[in-house]
Amino acid sequence: MKILVCISKTADTTAKIAFTPDQKSFLETGVQFIINPYDEWYALVRAVELKEQYPDTVLHLITVGGADAEPILRKALAIGGDAAFRVDLQPISIEQVALSIAAHVKQEGYDLIFTGKETIDYNGSGVGGYLAGLLDWPFVSLATRFDYNGQTATVEREIEGGREICEASLPLVVSCQKGMAEQRIPNMRGIMAARTKPLQVLAAPPEAQQPAISIDHFALPPKKSGVHLIEPGNEEELVRLLHEEAKVI
Amino acid sequence: MAIFVFADQHQGTFKKAALETLFYASQLASSRQQEVVAVVMGEINQPRALADLGKYGARRVLHVDAAWLNDFDARLYALVLKEMLNQYAADRCLMPHDFNGRALAPYLAAQWQAGLLTGIVSLPDDKDCYQKQVFSGKATAWIKLQTERQVLTLLPNTFTPQPGDSQAQVERWQPTQVSAQQKRIQLKEVQTTQGRVPLTEASIIVSGGRGLKGPENWGMIEQLAEVLGAATACSRPVADAGWRPHHEHVGQTGLTVRPNLYIAIGISGAIQHLAGVNGSKYIVVINKDPEAPFFQAADYGIVGDAFEVVPRLIEAIKKYKGIS
Repeated sequence: MKILVCISKTADTTAKIAFTPDQKSFLETGVQFIINPYDEWYALVRAVELKEQYPDTVLHLITVGGADAEPILRKALAIGGDAAFRVDLQPISIEQVALSIAAHVKQEGYDLIFTGKETIDYNGSGVGGYLAGLLDWPFVSLATRFDYNGQTATVEREIEGGREICEASLPLVVSCQKGMAEQRIPNMRGIMAARTKPLQVLAAPPEAQQPAISIDHFALPPKKSGVHLIEPGNEEELVRLLHEEAKVI
Repeated sequence: MAIFVFADQHQGTFKKAALETLFYASQLASSRQQEVVAVVMGEINQPRALADLGKYGARRVLHVDAAWLNDFDARLYALVLKEMLNQYAADRCLMPHDFNGRALAPYLAAQWQAGLLTGIVSLPDDKDCYQKQVFSGKATAWIKLQTERQVLTLLPNTFTPQPGDSQAQVERWQPTQVSAQQKRIQLKEVQTTQGRVPLTEASIIVSGGRGLKGPENWGMIEQLAEVLGAATACSRPVADAGWRPHHEHVGQTGLTVRPNLYIAIGISGAIQHLAGVNGSKYIVVINKDPEAPFFQAADYGIVGDAFEVVPRLIEAIKKYKGIS
């Protein structure tokens, strides 16, 4: 089996969000970058577990980004994977990422592709589905469990107020979220091994060059006017405010 | 030209987010003198529900009445929609940014060669830019689609439908290029959490954190949720400790929710938790620590012991609602 895991570089969950004075782009100064948590904790770790279960599995990682994404890719390789690819493009839209990865998939050939459910910066939640659509492969989104018996994949997926369990054969694209696997901290052996694993830079395909969207500007949400504190013991006042002022009950 | 909306249903009941999207589309359409077409997949046992989509702004309903479309499948639904959109020479398709919409929209956009913009929270402004939450709700971006064909997803609980009394014209529509033979995913089992409002559809959420000390203390959370008709949620440490099921976990790595009212009890308000709830219209925080960061994100707060405040709050709500 040949698995591809899509990795994205994102600002740390605790990063201070600020924009350039013209409000056109995200201010990266002093921001710590991490592997997108959904890609790392769930997609990558589950793929590594599958490789442990089926040792002849080939596990590749791919990211679409500039050279500054390579430390993230090395960190991912320290958790697992045989080789990594970086498509050299600074994407701003979902389809740029998906078109870049699809071009590699068509050349290299895979059986199974994992993505995180979304990135925590642009929250697009679209790369997995778009990629599957380009490849015309079946797609299961928001998976909380994935098992493979050598022929059939059993995938559990979250729905409104419950979950669905479905079966599919490969090839398949799955977007992953909490429940798929437990977070793993890379060990020293993994970190050392990652330094020498192949990392290949690919040119972005022509169809991925032009984004379908343009970002006009960003803004931070208006500051809350401040919390209205109610004395304990005066819960009836809270109920009154929720009814008369907020009008939510 | 019409605006097409994927109206997701389960056993003849349309999802709240689907009705919101229809209403949103009708707002969008009225400024452009367009009409809204609702697309319904799978068999429906209450045919009246289809015409009733007119109340939410659909002029026409195209019903793909086929048993093989009863279970959601992103690929099959996208192929059917693509054929329909091409046949009607449509240029715009909308759906909710919910569990199914988040799978279907990108698949459709790829197949139909359309531009994709997900999770919008506004109508387009005079520059044709849509607002979208980014950085897990910590900022907003104004984004414009550069393509003729567009697939958009609308964040649930952003627009509140005002149902009218129109009825939609219902037509059956059959694909000719897509069939059951193309199905490659088989649904085996559906497990539903009984009796509770789904978190993502709830207009009020009562959420508990580590400050509640143990799963045995969730009785008052459930009771408060019950008197409010609310759903229950929890913070990540609570789900990780197994006090509550994972599907209740709200926050950066769990569910993102946007209720009208979010009541956080014994939750300190770590930035990762706030990322999942800061789309809520009103936030109430009950915490005995006045320094808890959650108070900075709250509209109303009570600094006090949850074990005393919550039972009194339940009584106050019962009194207000006239329940004894």
